[in-house]
Amino acid sequence: MEFLSYLISGLSLGSVYAIIALGYTMVYGIAKMLNFAHGDVIMVGGYISYIAVSYMGLPGWVSVIAAMVVCTVLGVLIEGLAYKPLRAATSLAVLITAIGVSYFLQNSALLIWGANFKTYPSVISGTLNLFDNRLSIPYVSMLTVVVCIVIMVGLTLFTSKTKMGKAMRACSEDKGAAQLMGINVNRTISVTFAIGSALAAIAGVLLCSSFPILKPTTGSMPGIKAFTAAVFGGIGSIPGAFLGGLLLGVIESFAKAYISTQLANTVVFAVLIIVLLVRPAGLLGKYVPEKV
Amino acid sequence: MKKGLKINKTATKDYITYLVVIAAFIIITFMNRGGMLNKRMQGLLVPVCCYIVMAISLNLTVGIMGELSLGHAGFMSLGAFTGVVVSQSLITAIPNDVIRLVISLAAGAVVAAVGGFLIGLPVLRLRGDYLAIVTLAFGEIIMDVINCLIVGHDSEGLHVIFNFRGDKTVADLNLAEGGSAIIKGAQGAVGTKTIATFTAGFIIIMITLFVVLNFVRSRSGRAVLAIRDNRIAAESVGVDVMKHKMIAFVISTTLAGMAGALYGLNFNMISADKFNFNTSILVLVFVVLGGLGNILGSIIAATVLYILPEVLRGLQDYRMLIYAVVLIVVMITTNNPKVRGLFLKIIPKRNKTEGGEAQ
Repeated sequence: MEFLSYLISGLSLGSVYAIIALGYTMVYGIAKMLNFAHGDVIMVGGYISYIAVSYMGLPGWVSVIAAMVVCTVLGVLIEGLAYKPLRAATSLAVLITAIGVSYFLQNSALLIWGANFKTYPSVISGTLNLFDNRLSIPYVSMLTVVVCIVIMVGLTLFTSKTKMGKAMRACSEDKGAAQLMGINVNRTISVTFAIGSALAAIAGVLLCSSFPILKPTTGSMPGIKAFTAAVFGGIGSIPGAFLGGLLLGVIESFAKAYISTQLANTVVFAVLIIVLLVRPAGLLGKYVPEKV
Repeated sequence: MKKGLKINKTATKDYITYLVVIAAFIIITFMNRGGMLNKRMQGLLVPVCCYIVMAISLNLTVGIMGELSLGHAGFMSLGAFTGVVVSQSLITAIPNDVIRLVISLAAGAVVAAVGGFLIGLPVLRLRGDYLAIVTLAFGEIIMDVINCLIVGHDSEGLHVIFNFRGDKTVADLNLAEGGSAIIKGAQGAVGTKTIATFTAGFIIIMITLFVVLNFVRSRSGRAVLAIRDNRIAAESVGVDVMKHKMIAFVISTTLAGMAGALYGLNFNMISADKFNFNTSILVLVFVVLGGLGNILGSIIAATVLYILPEVLRGLQDYRMLIYAVVLIVVMITTNNPKVRGLFLKIIPKRNKTEGGEAQ
């Protein structure tokens, strides 16, 4: 039973990573940039939801929508103001700008909400008890996993069926050719950022529901982990991000339970290193050999 | 006459770099003697030197070798804790601070070199963003592992416990009478006798400059540049990619270890969390803003950007916000073709080489 409960908490944590990683991977696929500010958008989503529930007394689901709206606007703004002018620049320049944006968001949050952490009121509480109370599953965990699967399926359908989704795939393949085919590349990138940020908001709410401590740096570590998950699964691939996120969450949960709490991150990163050595483009990533 | 006295352009640039550092050292030493620096500025002198060395050494990996490393602080950490352990254990054996400092710095450099070699073996086989994420992973692993270490020293020698379950304390070291703990797990190194000096900082900068500038002009350095510019072409003319990349990477980590050792010996307490991902990023920012492959640029960027948040301390909470905005604005102004064109119109006599180096 212990094993099952660790597995479930791992899956729940992994689903949060997967949702964040989906945002990472979409942005990477299309803009070819590591958006280090993504983790901080999660934190903003968490705070917005917290304010909506605690100060304004709105119901949980309204707070999620509020967080999504604010984060979407924020994502598009960040892209337009900071990343768009650097479209032609080297990837390192964009990376440093993303780090600047990350600092900016963290320190703005510090100024607005203070350094003391806030206790997030869970959107859903309660647990489902099975097998004579030997196994208890928090409803939040179940919801997280379900939301993650819905998002994964939704995104896969979106990118394969809709016009915008096809435009995204075209842009990630070859921006120049996509533009020649009449695709508005700038708008496609903005939409990608909007979707990624909305996902980050959802991830923020779910993350804070499971781990109810909210502070300006809440998003950094999950952000790095989700980035790891995206690479683990093969960056740029949507099913890869999903699989990478889930695996990472489960490995972390088991490492905490059976090996060592202190070294849980070490185990996660060690697995990542081994996977990358065996499959240099991640689990589901396409390895493109260089042609001369 | 034809060959001997001709100083080429690259050599001139190297000499200017040395001269700037020496001049800065002399000026700052005199300012310090004359009491022109306040306590806070004095406290910054050694860390600035350490970060300059970190920036130059990371520039070797990122600018000259062309591979993004996000875990450089991990090697600084290896050097720092090795340096502290060595210095604290030798405190009775070698009472002379200067000799002990030299030994500690050398030990820090050696351990970081070994670490760099072991980590380089898997890392350098990867490319691009995958390489970046693995360096990040190693940086975090080093931090976690050091956080689990409990080290003490007594008359019988060193005692080390690897506290990975989190249930051990300093008492488990069973230190003899007169022994003391050097590293206390997550608390880090405490009670270190600080022996770092500004002169030592200046000397390690000069060593770093000498090593890096000569490396770039060496056979191996040219090979690394060729690999950066076109790996396939370099491979096809018989350049051993792995070997030359490894040499550059190990030099880079060795220098980082040396800087770390000096940094660790400058504070009487320091924890492994100091050398986290954010520190790696901080150094990367120095390198990119200073210009990739531009050593003097790294030195200036590290100095200015390390001191900037301290100068802005009067603005309290706003200082990091301003720092972030400065970072974004500088990146956009230097990399956006339109904005740069505007600047070039205003200052038409900017030399062309500068634009070329920033690539």
